[in-house]
Amino acid sequence: MTCKNCSIKPVYSQISGVKLCRSCFIKYFEKKVIKTIKKYNLIQNNDKIAVAVSGGKDSLSLLYLLDKYAKKYKNQKLIAILIDEGIETYRPKTIEDAKKLAKELDIELKIYSFKDEFSKPLDKILKELKENACSVCGTFRRYLLNKYARKLDVTKLATGHNLDDEAQSILMNQFKGNIEVSARLGPITGIIKDKKFIPRIKPLYFMTEKETAIYSYLKGFTSKFIECPNSYDSYRDEVRNLLNSLEVKYPGIKYSIVNSFLVTLPLLKDHYSKSRKMEYCSKCNEPCSGTICKACRIIEKIKN
Amino acid sequence: MKIKAFIERENKTKEITLKENSKIIDLLKELKINQTSVFITKNNEIVIEDEKLEDKDEIKILSVISGG
Repeated sequence: MTCKNCSIKPVYSQISGVKLCRSCFIKYFEKKVIKTIKKYNLIQNNDKIAVAVSGGKDSLSLLYLLDKYAKKYKNQKLIAILIDEGIETYRPKTIEDAKKLAKELDIELKIYSFKDEFSKPLDKILKELKENACSVCGTFRRYLLNKYARKLDVTKLATGHNLDDEAQSILMNQFKGNIEVSARLGPITGIIKDKKFIPRIKPLYFMTEKETAIYSYLKGFTSKFIECPNSYDSYRDEVRNLLNSLEVKYPGIKYSIVNSFLVTLPLLKDHYSKSRKMEYCSKCNEPCSGTICKACRIIEKIKN
Repeated sequence: MKIKAFIERENKTKEITLKENSKIIDLLKELKINQTSVFITKNNEIVIEDEKLEDKDEIKILSVISGG
């Protein structure tokens, strides 16, 4: 029971049964991320990239790898953006990890908060509104990431979404009949090109959550395990548990879901780009798919 | 044999009795923990699920989920 390349004790066993030691696993991980970037043409020479960091394992691994990629291959400019939602028992610790890595890599880290932007932290908003925590949080985070990425004049916004995240999103949209939302998924997101919408790239697209956690641990990016207190009762958590149970029974099921989805994605994008045009919110002028964007609708409820 | 395992997501240490020559995967099954949702360290080194266990091994079951 040794690494397939160097007869050292393995840290990771692939679905195929191939085992990898620490050093070979790190090489495998980095090579696969670079392959994703190249295959889907996620990064070009003149890109200025904002990396969305939360301070968790995915986004810190992403920040480190994009910095390595930029230095080695194309010398793109990087900036990190962190959205502080205001989750008292969770976010302060991850902010410290994000600050530490950004400093080590000499990358500017910009922090924007719900409190400054929407007058209240998420903890307080959730006490007042009977809304799903992940829905409010996700809407505001995407809103702020796009708004500030554009203000920082970047050409791409990179996020740490991994294979598990994508497989979960595909299934969640299927279960709820939100196929149009699925058309916005993929390694590079968006259906319609618009000057106000910054394209989002997902270089960790084919890495599983477990692979990213092991990589982050081996690289020492996160100091202590910490989990969002709102994730336990989320719909995503239910779908995550379902997928993990199926993955044990039928290894490779997450890859199959994502790979089959990618075959149909060009058709979905084509279909919805013909029937949709980008509109702008009548209140904030940010891009949206209706008259008033979802963020502004939540802001109205907070005010009332 | 008796194995003490720290479960990070629960922030708890549990003592589990297993048959001789048991592996990490047996421990996870006993604890009803899904192997895709965790990775394991034995005496502070990451190990795979096929790794054999011995008395006094220091096991940590670390969560791969962060959320956020």
